[in-house]
Amino acid sequence: MACFLVPAAEAVVTTIANKVMKSKEAKEASVNIENVHEEGHSVESKIKFTTKLGWLNKLLWGGSALLAFEHLWHGEVVPFFPFLTAVQEGQEATTEMLSEMGTVGVTMALAVTAIWGGMVAVSSVISKRKAKETNESEA
Amino acid sequence: MTLLVAVFAAIISTIIWYKGSDKDMQIGTLCLIYWGASIMWFVDFIFEYAELGAEYFTPAPADMLNDFYLGISVVALGLLIWLVILLIKDPKGTVKAALLRQR
Repeated sequence: MACFLVPAAEAVVTTIANKVMKSKEAKEASVNIENVHEEGHSVESKIKFTTKLGWLNKLLWGGSALLAFEHLWHGEVVPFFPFLTAVQEGQEATTEMLSEMGTVGVTMALAVTAIWGGMVAVSSVISKRKAKETNESEA
Repeated sequence: MTLLVAVFAAIISTIIWYKGSDKDMQIGTLCLIYWGASIMWFVDFIFEYAELGAEYFTPAPADMLNDFYLGISVVALGLLIWLVILLIKDPKGTVKAALLRQR
């Protein structure tokens, strides 16, 4: 009914967090620019957290957009106020919609976040392994 | 059916990404769009399966056709979103160069 709204809301939060973190990273980069030049190799091999958060943003925004289209297709979302047909249909339909958002929507958001967590963990392991190999070959 | 079409789109785009296509083409973004939708539809499938059971796998032909049509439309929308992102980011500077040439 409107389950995509939950991951979409999460996407809004993660996008704002990403913007804030990016501006902080830019400030830190300008302060530590000399260190970056000295340790350029190790800094470049590590993926920034904002890049990783960008993956989550794309997963959430992409998924929500395509699901929103599916809801539009099935007539559950309309391009005019109040946008959700369940709201027009009365209290019972609204309750059902909220219940679906609380179950299916929340599970969708959690599943996407869990899979992203797995991606982050795998990329961390790979970059650590790569750094270890580089250090060993240099030594 | 929509889930299946989305998963196939995600797999194909991931193979293209893995083959190391031009990084400037933002294929990774396209993969994440389709995987995001696939995960969400998979969750939806689990809930529907819990409700309908094996009946879920025997849809009426008309419903199946409608779902397939929806799946194809969703893939087209995903491609459209990716294309807009690509043209806005313009990593190769092609759009910028074309606009400057017209001036």
